[in-house]
Amino acid sequence: MKTLTVCGRELRSYFTSFVAFALLAVFLVLAGYFFYSDLIFFILFGGFVLPTGLWQYWFLDLRLVTLLVLPLVTMRLFAEERKLGTIELLWTYPVRDVEIVFGKFLAAWLFFLVMLVPTVAGPAAFYYYYEFDLLPLAAAYLGVVLLGTAFVACGMFVSSLTENQVVSAMVTYGLLVFFWFMTWNEEVANEQLISVLLRLSLFDRFFNFTRGVIDTKDVVFFLVFIAFFVFLTILSLGSRKWRGLP
Amino acid sequence: MIQAEHLTKAFGPFTAIEDVSFEVRRGEIVGFLGPNGAGKSTTMRILAGVFPPTAGRAIVAGYDVVAEPLRSRRVVGYFPERVSLYLDMTVSEYLRYAARMKEVPSNAREAAMSEAMEATGVQKMAHRIIGTLSKGYRQRVGIAQAIVGRPHVLILDEPTSGLDPEQVAEVRELIRRLRGERTVILSTHILPEVEATCDRVIIINRGRILAVDTPQNLNHRLRQRSRVHLEVRGPEREIVRHLESLPGVLSVECETSREGLVGLAVSTVKDRDMRPEVAASLVAAGWELHEMRTISLSLESIFLSLVSGRPAEEQA
Repeated sequence: MKTLTVCGRELRSYFTSFVAFALLAVFLVLAGYFFYSDLIFFILFGGFVLPTGLWQYWFLDLRLVTLLVLPLVTMRLFAEERKLGTIELLWTYPVRDVEIVFGKFLAAWLFFLVMLVPTVAGPAAFYYYYEFDLLPLAAAYLGVVLLGTAFVACGMFVSSLTENQVVSAMVTYGLLVFFWFMTWNEEVANEQLISVLLRLSLFDRFFNFTRGVIDTKDVVFFLVFIAFFVFLTILSLGSRKWRGLP
Repeated sequence: MIQAEHLTKAFGPFTAIEDVSFEVRRGEIVGFLGPNGAGKSTTMRILAGVFPPTAGRAIVAGYDVVAEPLRSRRVVGYFPERVSLYLDMTVSEYLRYAARMKEVPSNAREAAMSEAMEATGVQKMAHRIIGTLSKGYRQRVGIAQAIVGRPHVLILDEPTSGLDPEQVAEVRELIRRLRGERTVILSTHILPEVEATCDRVIIINRGRILAVDTPQNLNHRLRQRSRVHLEVRGPEREIVRHLESLPGVLSVECETSREGLVGLAVSTVKDRDMRPEVAASLVAAGWELHEMRTISLSLESIFLSLVSGRPAEEQA
């Protein structure tokens, strides 16, 4: 119940701020632009297999746009409360830390969905002229939702560590980019290590979805990743119990 | 209603409060008095449930704030030292949110909100964005947030700091109106505030409690000697000599002397009221007694003496 109250306040805050609309606009313009250019590219060079063609190009690009925008969505979740001091009041209300974390997570996640939903317009227009198999596209969307949710969880955790929103966004970028590039070490790491890293890489896990392939292991990986960072956020909030405010 | 038992809170190597114990009864207004950094906010934060103590126990309305945090927080309204509000919400939106968080049932929510707004005088600002309000109004919104839903216990950390004198008077009046109905613990480093509003005072310095008592008792307890101010018409030297000769008079100081009217400060032993004797002897000697009053200690001097460990200096 109070999860919804927290979530509602957070959403309200998103949709009354100029920043959120700027982010929404940037996300949609970039997503639309990539859809257009990928479509041209696909028609010129791609051949006729949509999943490994257009969907894959586009969703790999959407991955970038999501990476660009989501840390800016999550940066304020806790950092702003710390800065304003309102987090202290939150701790004196009869509410569990878990409810606070879930509420904020839900709000940022819903905002992400609001950003994502209009992107369906591109494929929908395409479908109007050329009917295609919807399932691979659905799989790709599932992938990007999972990827974005993982970004939200990670960003929320980082936001709970600082009262500075810029620091919050930068550290989130740092962590997420690390999760992306950590498999690019073939030169220095041996094969076993690479295979372990591959399993941990968000972006390599995402790759299958873009081709329309849903592997349970990938889904589980994302869910564990999300749960892990949500859990860390709860721990981080609880740290006041032994660390406290000065 | 509130019991603090041997509360200690350490932040790393820094001990903010040590062995703080006191009790606040139902319906009482208790002032927490101390210089900045004395540990007032730390104690209040523990009571409000912001963080737990390192050692000791705090019990609010029968619930241990660590063991049953949700139950204890349900009865507490808290006003933090740093006025903390969501600047992008309107006053009424914010109070509705606060009422929801405090589990005010939905059918009583609007009534609770308007009651809190009325008590703090922010009704006119109900639809203004908090970020556009002046500091005084923000402070009131913060207090409205604390009292919304009529919590039994109010913990107000420096509720009047940063307000202009008129607003300070309003806030004090608001607190006085809560007397008997709610249990209030408020902190301040301004002494008249405690004298004006509180039933009892807890004086704290460097994390330790120095005294817990009523303002009157503190005044009495700390007085080392009584002091009386006199105005007498007559020859200055003779009056002084005469008063000094009375048993029980410790010293006589002549403060003013104008047109035969002499102002004197007479110090006497603490345990005996010398006033009738002094008056009678002056009149018997044929001088006119124009004024006589006891000089009482201000809380300020009591406070300074407790903090410094020296006896209090009297003030008019």
